[in-house]
Amino acid sequence: MQGALATLGHLFRSPLPTLMTVAVIGIALALPAGLFVITRNLSLLGSGWEQTAAMSVFLKPDVEVAQAAELAERLREREGLAEVRLIAPDEALQELRDQSGFAEAIDQLTENPLPVVLSARPAAEIASPAELDRVQRELEALPEADFVRADTQWVRRFHAMVHLAQRGVLLLGALLSLAVLLVVGNTIRLEIQNRRSEIQVMELVGATPAFIRRPFLYTGAWYGLLGGVAAWLLVTVALSLLQGPVSRLALLYETQFWLAGLGLAALLGLLGTSVALGLLGSWLSVGRHLTASDPE
Amino acid sequence: MIRFEHVTKRYPERGEAISDVSFELAAGEMAFLTGHSGAGKSTLLRLIGLLERPSRGQVMVNGRNLGRLPKRKIPYHRRELGMIFQDHRLLMDRTVFDNVALPLVVLGLGHYEIGRRVRAALDQVGLLDKEKAFPVTLSGGEQQRVGIARAIVSRPPLVLADEPTGNLDPDLSREIMGLFERFNQVGVTLLIASHDLSLIATLPYRTFTLSAGRLVSDSGRT
Repeated sequence: MQGALATLGHLFRSPLPTLMTVAVIGIALALPAGLFVITRNLSLLGSGWEQTAAMSVFLKPDVEVAQAAELAERLREREGLAEVRLIAPDEALQELRDQSGFAEAIDQLTENPLPVVLSARPAAEIASPAELDRVQRELEALPEADFVRADTQWVRRFHAMVHLAQRGVLLLGALLSLAVLLVVGNTIRLEIQNRRSEIQVMELVGATPAFIRRPFLYTGAWYGLLGGVAAWLLVTVALSLLQGPVSRLALLYETQFWLAGLGLAALLGLLGTSVALGLLGSWLSVGRHLTASDPE
Repeated sequence: MIRFEHVTKRYPERGEAISDVSFELAAGEMAFLTGHSGAGKSTLLRLIGLLERPSRGQVMVNGRNLGRLPKRKIPYHRRELGMIFQDHRLLMDRTVFDNVALPLVVLGLGHYEIGRRVRAALDQVGLLDKEKAFPVTLSGGEQQRVGIARAIVSRPPLVLADEPTGNLDPDLSREIMGLFERFNQVGVTLLIASHDLSLIATLPYRTFTLSAGRLVSDSGRT
């Protein structure tokens, strides 16, 4: 433990090179970590939509509200539908008037052109696309139904895209992890070169190879940890800079959306990964460049 | 303490540095190793410190056959001897204290014990007031004494010195030899390589002479 702190002190005695290495590691790790946060937020956003994803059954224009209410009652009895809400034409028009910004144009209308709509939300256990399709077809087969619009389709596409993006982040993360490994490895190699005479003296006074190796491994682990913290700081600062515009955008959609941060589990994962990468990088470098001078 | 049996060291590029050397140095002895530069003095010392392995023959140190010593045991062998070099081999970015403390840090001693022993060693070489100084600020003689303090701080039974007075004027050289004599009086075995014949001649110690890798004379025990 004392040795680990001593190497930390050694790092801070040359702050500029240390800072540069830490910054490189931080930036390399901040990129996948930041993209991870973005996909996480998109995924959260998507699951918010999924709950509201409903099938809108547009009834034929000649279906009266009373008839529609009866139909809604019948549909509620049915399996596969969690909720059926009747949206009367007046109600729909009012909503359109309030939200679309065409209030004046709508006021010009002499009669309400909107049909009765039944908003049906599939039951939670209906999860697979095939089952959703079946429910949709059944609703379409109703004699009163004009057409059915499913909001679920694009949500599913959106999810597929998020999934793709997540896979991309993973690949990018792997690539940049390799970069971190090389950066730490190279830094440790230079460190070993700079301290060559010290290493020789240590060998002369009877230091074991493990004893000589240890400070370099500590150094690598510290680089990893500091780089991970730097990455976390970068992501946090970026998120706080984005929160304002995101809130304003969400307000325009009349919702509220708070950007989720990295989260504790992901933060620990990030720091764990960065320490492991630092340790591995230095370990590889030490194994390659710190072979004890062998008496011939 | 040290026994050489028909030891030959051959380098592929320069031929034999040491040829068929045999001698024995008892525990508690102090001896000089002389000869021209290139006669094999350094190589002989390096064989004892296991910085080199002999091409032929056996080197025994402290009853241990160095030829049979596995690589992982080499550090423990080196802890039992102190080595002093002409170029001091000090770490210029560390204080005198840290330089002398190095062998004790390697041994894993505690903070307090290290401080006590380092100060004792610095006191012996007369540099107690320089513990916080950096080696560059010291004179050549002082640097050499720091190197000596480092070699004896772990109280090894055997001390090897390679041209310890090589760069020093006669007065300083005599002073360093005086230090070695004092260590010898408390039982340390010393083998000192030096080509300073005029100085050695004034001292009553056994002297080995190497010439072109061969042991050509041994003044015998005194």
